[in-house]
Amino acid sequence: MKPPAVRYARAGDVREAVALLAEHGSDAKVLAGGQSLVPLMSFRLARPSILVDINRIGGLDRIEQDNGSLLIGAMARQRDVELSDVAAAAVPLLPQALRYVGHVTIRNRGTVGGSLAHADPAAELPAVVTALGGELVLEGPGGTRSVAAEDFFTGTFTTVMAPDEVLVGVRLPRLPDRTGVAVEELARRHGDFAIVGVVAAVHLADDGTVDLVRLAASGVDSVPVRLHAAEAALSGTRPTADVLEAAAATVDASIHPADDVHAPASYRRHVARLLVQRALGAAVERSGVER
Amino acid sequence: MTELASGSTSQRELASESTSQRNTESITVTVNGHAYTADCEPRVTLADFLRHTCGLTGTHLGCEHGVCGACTILVDGRSARACLMLAVQADGATITTVEGLAAGNALNPLQEAFWDNHGLQCGFCTPGMLMTATELLADNPDPDAVEVRECLSGNLCRCTGYDSIVRSVLDAAQRMRS
Repeated sequence: MKPPAVRYARAGDVREAVALLAEHGSDAKVLAGGQSLVPLMSFRLARPSILVDINRIGGLDRIEQDNGSLLIGAMARQRDVELSDVAAAAVPLLPQALRYVGHVTIRNRGTVGGSLAHADPAAELPAVVTALGGELVLEGPGGTRSVAAEDFFTGTFTTVMAPDEVLVGVRLPRLPDRTGVAVEELARRHGDFAIVGVVAAVHLADDGTVDLVRLAASGVDSVPVRLHAAEAALSGTRPTADVLEAAAATVDASIHPADDVHAPASYRRHVARLLVQRALGAAVERSGVER
Repeated sequence: MTELASGSTSQRELASESTSQRNTESITVTVNGHAYTADCEPRVTLADFLRHTCGLTGTHLGCEHGVCGACTILVDGRSARACLMLAVQADGATITTVEGLAAGNALNPLQEAFWDNHGLQCGFCTPGMLMTATELLADNPDPDAVEVRECLSGNLCRCTGYDSIVRSVLDAAQRMRS
């Protein structure tokens, strides 16, 4: 249970990190908060030859509003985002979802970028970024590019990032005032990865119809899943119990859960539908409240 | 072993590989007010650095993969799992371990509350419990039982059933407020 021998380089800026990654190829691994990578190394499931530590790069931990969106640097600690007034004002779904990530001690070290780059399909942050149609900002030898969340995650623990690219941040669209948000999860114990998780945001127009709905689920496929069909079923309607039930009924066709040691796929399907209904109901109930 | 014995070339290769793999970094950390400077391999966790290099064995290692919470310490005032940090990452950091809580033989109010409320049996998880609770009480001097349980949910105890630990933290909070 000790990490294997590894070399270590502390990058002073993003360009240096990219250069180190380009030099060492897929043997190199970026070290952010280390809350997933270090245990994976201890289990010898990850054996990088060199760690490129990005913890000391200045400015990568910012949390700021910028032109209608919230910009979070890759090295922003999860706990800092959870407690950030700026983040809560722009995307109130974030603090709610972050409370489900591990424990305070984990979130003190764990980073937003680390969770997204690690791409665990049961994790909360990838689901939030997917639900909101966020953009991930990557920097590589050729410069910077942005990738939409739904194109970023390609499978369990895999993303479109090239071995010589560094995730430098994520951009999330600001949710309008009086948007209701909700996170529903089923986990065996507090702080565990969810068996199924659902994140939802709903905004109602003045006439009481839904004019914005964002919905995603985790633990139901090899990637977080934006539930477009359920969003479409709700959009433009008055969100009565029947409408919520009908929206939840579309979930079954949108997800591809697998059997594993934690739960059979059939159970995940059942739970996903149930949690979508609950999350949408809670988000509707909380919408309209000034924040 | 065969390669080492059989040929000078492979012996040299092995030696050079182990040199490049085992590069060390000189790091300085301040632990409980004392500065420790040492050369350290990147693979060494902060927990092992504290225990083996600093000789501070109060930080316990249960699972060594971030589940049990026994190795919880404070890094720059915030709780962290010492098994999930490499020592080289802590270069320049200010650390508090369980050894930093008491003043000599005088237990601090949190430790006294654990003593008085039977907040420990075997004591293995206790350093992590104390450090996690230290952060909680610094952030929230008047937590309720649910908040204490939520905060301690990342620290495993196999003896107490947790009730006496929760009672200890609530009692400590009261002592520290009065």
